[in-house]
Amino acid sequence: MNGAHDMGGMHGFGPVCRAPNEAVFHAEWERRMFGIAAAVPYAVPLGDDHLRRNIERIPAHEYLAVPYYELWFRSISGLLIEQGAITEDELARGTAAFAPLSQDAVRPSGVAQAVRDGASARAEVSDVPQRLAPGDIVRVSNDHPAYHTRVPRYVRGCVGRVMIDHGIFDFPDTKAQDAGACPQHCYSVEFTASEIWGADGDPTSTLAVDLWESHLTPAEETAPC
Amino acid sequence: MHDHHDHDYDAEESGIALRVKALEQILTDKGLVDPGALDAFVELFENRIGPQCGAAVVARAWSDEGYKARLLDDSSAAIAELGLGGLQGENLVVLENTDEVHNVVVCTLCSCYPWPVLGLPPRWYKSAPYRSRVVREPRAVLAEFGTVLPEDRRIRVWDSSAEIRYMVLPQRPAGTAGMDEAALAGIVTRDGMIGTAPL
Repeated sequence: MNGAHDMGGMHGFGPVCRAPNEAVFHAEWERRMFGIAAAVPYAVPLGDDHLRRNIERIPAHEYLAVPYYELWFRSISGLLIEQGAITEDELARGTAAFAPLSQDAVRPSGVAQAVRDGASARAEVSDVPQRLAPGDIVRVSNDHPAYHTRVPRYVRGCVGRVMIDHGIFDFPDTKAQDAGACPQHCYSVEFTASEIWGADGDPTSTLAVDLWESHLTPAEETAPC
Repeated sequence: MHDHHDHDYDAEESGIALRVKALEQILTDKGLVDPGALDAFVELFENRIGPQCGAAVVARAWSDEGYKARLLDDSSAAIAELGLGGLQGENLVVLENTDEVHNVVVCTLCSCYPWPVLGLPPRWYKSAPYRSRVVREPRAVLAEFGTVLPEDRRIRVWDSSAEIRYMVLPQRPAGTAGMDEAALAGIVTRDGMIGTAPL
């Protein structure tokens, strides 16, 4: 969706402000929120695509104003309510009103291994139809869906060259809508800065954007990469 | 974005801090999270998993050509040789800086970042100014970080828009020929592995 989260190329945000020797967390509630986000998917199925989708649904003016981990809080609490794991009322009162749905919580002794194992989005399939290969010239679809997509606005309709085939991954655009995983090849596609930004583009810079096969169609070369 | 103590204190007393506390309490009551596991996740990412992990990878690559070749060929497998990998780095790609190309990494859509090698991202990486600008004016943003590249050096900006996570392998600085791996790891910086800063 064309939300406030899709920031590539926007003007008006000012300089990049950096803090020397910044701490990993800035308040205790950030630690707890990070911990909840890390732990809860082991008991309730919450995928990154749904987490991002719900963050993107936060009204734009609020997205830009609230602290980072509050975005996580809003997304995750919303997903837990959607899934029936908790209710609005429980959240407002801070006490559980009904029995646990699951006892599958990750335990302290299992955390290090859980982190080491990760949760790859690489699809559990060995083969899907593939129309593209590194070196191919492709055009990015010029779609502006109201749903979650990983195609940044700035690259829509642009022509680039497939640089890397990363293999087969689940497709967030359908997964986040609960419309299936639609596993397909995911590629790094390289674009010249002038293809994206026009005459303003730095002639010595290029952009590599990761896109799925459904986002791309074969094209004629319009700009050397 | 300021983060003074007063601001944190207010947050602890009201608003989001209380709501997070309520969420943890409910999830604990229901057996969906174990507070000790939350502590363990926090401890790992606050104290154990951070840029020092990536620095060890870089130092090994600078010291061992065979390792460097494996790292560039299959980054996830190569960092596993050092006991690294996992959450938010299951599919890692290491990008080599050379005399021809300088790589820099961003996530314009959210905050994707290679946790197993760099830990959790700093605020500026997640901020609107960095996400909006580095794709459009990379040379200007890099200059603000003190990175002034030769005019003909190609800059390749990697937008982490899928589930691949990227880390930059910086060029080994001149004058480091006599340094051992541990000493080399000591000169590698987080920003050098994001690609915004020189070493």
